[in-house]
Amino acid sequence: MSARIESWGRYPRAMQRALPLGYRDAGLPAAEGTLLPYGNGRSYGDSCLNDGGNVLCTRGLDRFMAFDAASGVLRCEAGVLLSEILALCLPQGWFLPVSPGTKYVTVGGAIANDVHGKNHHVAGSFGSHVRAFELLRSDGERRLCTPEENPEWFAATIGGLGLTGLITWAEIQMKRVLGPWLATETYKFGGLDEFFALSSGSEGYHEYTMAWVDCVSTGESLGRGLFTNAEHAPTPPGTAEPPAGRLAIPFTPPMSLVNGLSLKAFNWLYYHRQRTKLRRALLHYDPVFYPLDGIRQWNRMYGPRGFLQHQCVIPPTEARGGIEELLREIAASGQGSFLAVLKLFGDKPSPGMLSFPRPGATLALDFPNAGEKTFRLLERLDAVVAATGGAVYPAKDARMSGKHFRRFFPAWERFQAYIDPRFSSSFWRRVME
Amino acid sequence: MQKVLIVGATSAIAEQAARLYAARGASLVLTGRQAERLQAVAADLKLRGAAVVDTAVLDIDDLPAHARVVEQAWKAGAVDVVLVAAGTLPDQAACEASVMLTVKEFNTNGLSVIALLTLVAQRMQAGGAIAVISSVAGDRGRQSNYVYGSAKAALSAFLSGLRQRLAKSGVAVVTIKPGFVDTPMTRAFKKGALWASPQAVGRGIVRAVDRRRDVVYLPWFWWGIMFIINHVPEAIFKRAKL
Repeated sequence: MSARIESWGRYPRAMQRALPLGYRDAGLPAAEGTLLPYGNGRSYGDSCLNDGGNVLCTRGLDRFMAFDAASGVLRCEAGVLLSEILALCLPQGWFLPVSPGTKYVTVGGAIANDVHGKNHHVAGSFGSHVRAFELLRSDGERRLCTPEENPEWFAATIGGLGLTGLITWAEIQMKRVLGPWLATETYKFGGLDEFFALSSGSEGYHEYTMAWVDCVSTGESLGRGLFTNAEHAPTPPGTAEPPAGRLAIPFTPPMSLVNGLSLKAFNWLYYHRQRTKLRRALLHYDPVFYPLDGIRQWNRMYGPRGFLQHQCVIPPTEARGGIEELLREIAASGQGSFLAVLKLFGDKPSPGMLSFPRPGATLALDFPNAGEKTFRLLERLDAVVAATGGAVYPAKDARMSGKHFRRFFPAWERFQAYIDPRFSSSFWRRVME
Repeated sequence: MQKVLIVGATSAIAEQAARLYAARGASLVLTGRQAERLQAVAADLKLRGAAVVDTAVLDIDDLPAHARVVEQAWKAGAVDVVLVAAGTLPDQAACEASVMLTVKEFNTNGLSVIALLTLVAQRMQAGGAIAVISSVAGDRGRQSNYVYGSAKAALSAFLSGLRQRLAKSGVAVVTIKPGFVDTPMTRAFKKGALWASPQAVGRGIVRAVDRRRDVVYLPWFWWGIMFIINHVPEAIFKRAKL
C-alpha cells in the first residue's frame, strides 16, 4: 500500500497497491481486494482512486495496434495518451475527434469518463467516436463491445468510471484536418447576456467554442469574460512547430499560490489584457486546446492541501439564471480560480449510461482546498445545480453527496448490474453510501 | 538505413530502446519468447516509423535455435546494431534450495547470452555495435541476488574480452549496467528514489550505442554507487546487509 498514486486535484489522499500492466493478452493480476483501472491520473477527485484496494496501472498498455491513414481509424491499447495519438496521427492529417482540456489522458480514461471538448456542440462527447473496445472482466471473459455488439456493455462502459472491467484496447474514428493551426477569434464580453448571444450565434458556424469567465467580478461586470471560437486552418507557409513548453512546478509550495489577492489581480489583468472587442489570431493547437499542459505539474500550485474542481451543466431553459446564480455565489465567496470556463453543450446525445455531457451550459472552475468553507460553498453550488435539474461531473468531483449524485445520474440503478464484482473505487463507494 | 537486431524485445527496457530506433526509421528484427506479445510490440513499432519489422520467436535457452535466428537476421543484409536484453530475475532464496534452478538461472542470464554472442560476433562487420544488458549486480556478488549477479559477472567479463578482440575490426561492444529499473521484472520491489523508468534507460542505451561507449551505468550515478560498493573491504562487506 502506498500513497504514491494521486488524483490530479491531490485531494483526497488514498492508500492503494499499484499493479502495473504490461501486455493486453495477460489476465488481470492476482491480488487481494478490489481493482480499479488507473491511467494517467488526470481525474481530479477520487474517481481514479481505490483507497484500501488496488489500482491497475494501464500506462504499460501503450502500444498502437493499427492506423489506417486513408480512413482515419485508429486502434490502440487503452494506456496510450492522447498526446501520443496526436504525435502519430497529426503529421498524417488526422486529429482527435474530441479533445479534453489536457492531452495527457489515456484513451481508457477518455472513454471511462466520456470526456468532452470545445467542439461538443458539433461533435458530441468522446464516446460518440469510439467504434469498438475490448472489456476484460475479472472472471477472465473478454467482451468485444461496439454500438451493435454488446451494446448495453458499450453504453455502461462509456462514462462507466472504470467500474465495468478493464478496457484493454479501443478503436477510434479520427477526424481529418488541415494541420496543426487554428484560426481563432476572441470576443470580449461584458456579461452573461452577451455570452449567451455570442454562443448561440456562433454555434452553427464554428467548430470549437469556449469562454473564460472572470469569476471574481460582481455587480455590473458579473460574468464578463473572453469568448473564443476556432477552426482548423491551412498551415501558413514558413511556419515551424512551436517548441514544446519546458516549464514545470518542480515541488509543492508550502501554501497555495492561489489566494484572494492573486485571484483578483489575475482575473482583472486577464480580462483587460485584450484591449479591443475582437482579436483574430492564427494559433497552434497546443495553447488553444491545452493551455495548462505547457506547465508540468501545475496542480502543485495549490499547495499541499490540493484543490477541488467543480464542473456542472445547467439545462438550456435554466441556463441563464442558473449560471448567474452560481457566479454570484462564487464571487461572493472570494474563492475560485484563474481558469473558469463556460461553454454551451450541444444536443448530440452522449452514448454512455452515466455520461456527463448533456444539453445546456457548463461551468468549470478550480477552488483551492481551504477546508470547511470550500466544502460548504461547493455544497451550495450543488444545490443550485440540483434545483435546475442539471448535473455535476464525476471525473472532477471529490465530495458531492450520494443523494445529489443519484439525482444527477438516475441511470445509476441500471448501471449497477454492469459493475464487475471485483471492481470498485473510492468515488463509487462514497456516492453509494 | 540502420538495421537493428533486438533479442528479448518484449522486455520493457528493450521495447523503449526499440521505439527510438523505430522513430529513426530503422529496420528491426525482434525476438521474444511469446509470439503474441512479440506481434503486439512489432505492430506498434511499425506504426512508430520502423521501415521493416521482422520477428522470430526465440527462447534464449534454446541454443540450437540461435543459428536459425542469426541467419534470419542477416538474411536481407548485415545487421548494424545488436541489442541483447533477454534475461530473468531469479528468486534467490528458491535458487539456494534448488541446484536445478540455480543452474537454469545461471544459464539463462549468463551462458545462453554468451552462446548467442559467439555467433553474433562471427557476423559483425566494421562499424557495427553489440550492446548487451548486463547489470550492476554483476560488479560484486551480494547475498540478496548472487546467482543473478554471478551470471551477469560472467557476462560482463565475456563482453570485456569480446570488446578487446573486436576493437581492431571496428566493432563496438557496449556493456550496459542498469541499476534499479521500474519494469514488470521488478514488480515485487518497493520503489524509491534510485529507481529509473524503462524510458530513461532505453534512451541511455541508444545514446551509448550511438557514442560507441564501452561500459555504461544507467542512470549514470550507479557508477558512483558501484565504485563505493566495489571498494568496501571484504571483511566489512561480508557482514553488511546488502
